[in-house]
Amino acid sequence: MTEDRVEVVFAGGGMVGLTLAVALARAGLSVAVVDRETPAEVAALDYDGRASAIALGSKRVFDGIGLWPRIAAEASPIHDIRVADGHPLRGVSPLFLHYDHRAVGDEPFGWILENRVIRQGLHALAEEVAAETGRLRLIAPASVERIERPGERFDAAQSDAGPANAGRANAGLASAHLNDGRRIDANLAIAADGKFSRQREAAGIRVTGWRYDQVSIVCTVRHARDHRGTAVELFLPGGPFAMLPMTGNRSNVVWSERADLAERYLAMDEADFMAELSRRFGDWLGDIELVGPRFSYPLSLGHAERYVAHRFALIGDAAHAIHPIAGQGLNMGLRDVAAMAEVLVDARRLGLDIGALDVLAGYERWRRFDNVLLAAVTDGLTRLFSNDSAPLRAARDLGLAAVNRTPPAKRFLMRHAMGLVGDLPRLVRGEAL
Amino acid sequence: MPIRGQAAAAGSIDAGEVEKFARIARQWWDPEGDFRPLHRLNPLRLTFLRDHLVTRFGRDPGSLTPLSGLRILDVGCGGGLVTEPLARMGADVVGLDATEESIAVARLHAEETGLAIDYRHDTAEALAAAGERFDAVLALEVVEHVNDPAAFIRTCASMVRPGGAMGLSTLNRSPKGFLLGVVAAEYVMRWLPRGTHDWRKFVKPSELAAMLRAGGLTLSDLKGLTYDPVKDAFRLDARDLAVNYLAFAVRR
Repeated sequence: MTEDRVEVVFAGGGMVGLTLAVALARAGLSVAVVDRETPAEVAALDYDGRASAIALGSKRVFDGIGLWPRIAAEASPIHDIRVADGHPLRGVSPLFLHYDHRAVGDEPFGWILENRVIRQGLHALAEEVAAETGRLRLIAPASVERIERPGERFDAAQSDAGPANAGRANAGLASAHLNDGRRIDANLAIAADGKFSRQREAAGIRVTGWRYDQVSIVCTVRHARDHRGTAVELFLPGGPFAMLPMTGNRSNVVWSERADLAERYLAMDEADFMAELSRRFGDWLGDIELVGPRFSYPLSLGHAERYVAHRFALIGDAAHAIHPIAGQGLNMGLRDVAAMAEVLVDARRLGLDIGALDVLAGYERWRRFDNVLLAAVTDGLTRLFSNDSAPLRAARDLGLAAVNRTPPAKRFLMRHAMGLVGDLPRLVRGEAL
Repeated sequence: MPIRGQAAAAGSIDAGEVEKFARIARQWWDPEGDFRPLHRLNPLRLTFLRDHLVTRFGRDPGSLTPLSGLRILDVGCGGGLVTEPLARMGADVVGLDATEESIAVARLHAEETGLAIDYRHDTAEALAAAGERFDAVLALEVVEHVNDPAAFIRTCASMVRPGGAMGLSTLNRSPKGFLLGVVAAEYVMRWLPRGTHDWRKFVKPSELAAMLRAGGLTLSDLKGLTYDPVKDAFRLDARDLAVNYLAFAVRR
């Protein structure tokens, strides 16, 4: 059995985990990232068909770790957001909620980036940071079988370093045991292994939440006309239908639909599927054609009862998974990254043990409220809009129109969606870590 | 030669105090145990010390190891709550405590996370007599537990090399110090076990300054540690030294 000693070991090297790993390595901490898939596998066209809306705050995080310049050319700015109550047969309600980025400043609301592009950029960056600093190691393909942790309270009388563990100098650390027999000892083990986090379950941390009876069908289409940076979200009875502007006259479609119907659409041949898609997409961008495969993602809401334990923390989807209705999942994860990076680096600069519960509690305190709020808002929106009841349609149309005519309310919602509300970590403010 | 048990009562050491800490030594690293207030105050104490040491020795405050190469003595180190962070910040630290049980806990805890720290069960007098010299000598929450604070500070000061520094923290013998440091902390909030502190042993800032001067050191900064019950948080406050305060002194 080989042993390694780092300061932070990650179970999971997705977009959130790898961003934090790079930030920490750049700041001087030694990290190891264990991921089941190799960089080549996650960059493949059929691995992840989703695109993410990167809010201004998240863009600053990517800038802060040096990722943005690598992916900026592939980022499609969002200049306008149109939200409407629609029906595939009756058409779009005239009561539009229209967000124009000029109402909050010169910057666009955000950028649409393919997850594949973000993942590729992160892997290339991680490789460079690894070579430059010698403090980052990506171990893939491999998996963390279990994380062994010392008790929450150090009791000298029952110390693990006592006779029972004689010769094991790192008994007070977390040990990640990998499937290939390797062991990595670290002050802190971070579970960044997604919404079905195995490490969260192994740590006995429960999740509050429920499944939505919805599946997101995700695909990319090419269209005849320029979208001019317009993102559209239609609230259809089966679930929200989003068209997200991408580079090169393409849009990413996130079509949330009742699970049983989604299954039918996914099983259709391409001509029938495109007919269904076109009915919803409309003809505002001219003819559309499918580029790349169709993907499907079952939707659920989940929020971990706690984010941290002694020498252990959850981050990103492992701590909170939400409905994609507002395009906020990755943005929440990146705000976790910024808060966690700041808490750990500040603690480390004081010489504190970064895996100690009182240090990690600072991260949980910082992030919990924002995450609960967004989970509740997206859940409420999903319930409010995913139905076809006439009174609810009337009420929400009035609501959209009212928000549209109340500039301060609209500005607040826009700034929140841009990730610029609340006590912001340095990386989100665009400052150095 | 380490001093054992009652023999540690030599010099400025108070045998009763040594006994008091021996009883609760195994709780040193329990953030919810008898030493909870120290865990909560630790980030502030470390901020104060790091910032002064970084300035004094011209180090980079953004570095993760700003104290590398500095030889520091932590007198009355207890379980190592400050000693370990100093070591992580790169210092070459000697942790010293008169309570054997505390040193045993400190050694075990450092070993568990692979930190190399020179812990000694000994007295400041013995180290001074052996001619040990340090870039900085720290005595946090110690002055109020010794028999003769003036002699103790003189001994500590004698180990500070020219150009070096000394960091201290203690409780003020003020009415507020009695009310908050003893009555509130030990009886109302129950942050500390009853009998942890004897108010008569508390030291006023003016007395501390005089003791440091007698040891050839110049006081360069004083900061109070205040508690905000609304936010349930501690902070450094330059104006309120009435309860717990930190001091930094230098040898020219």
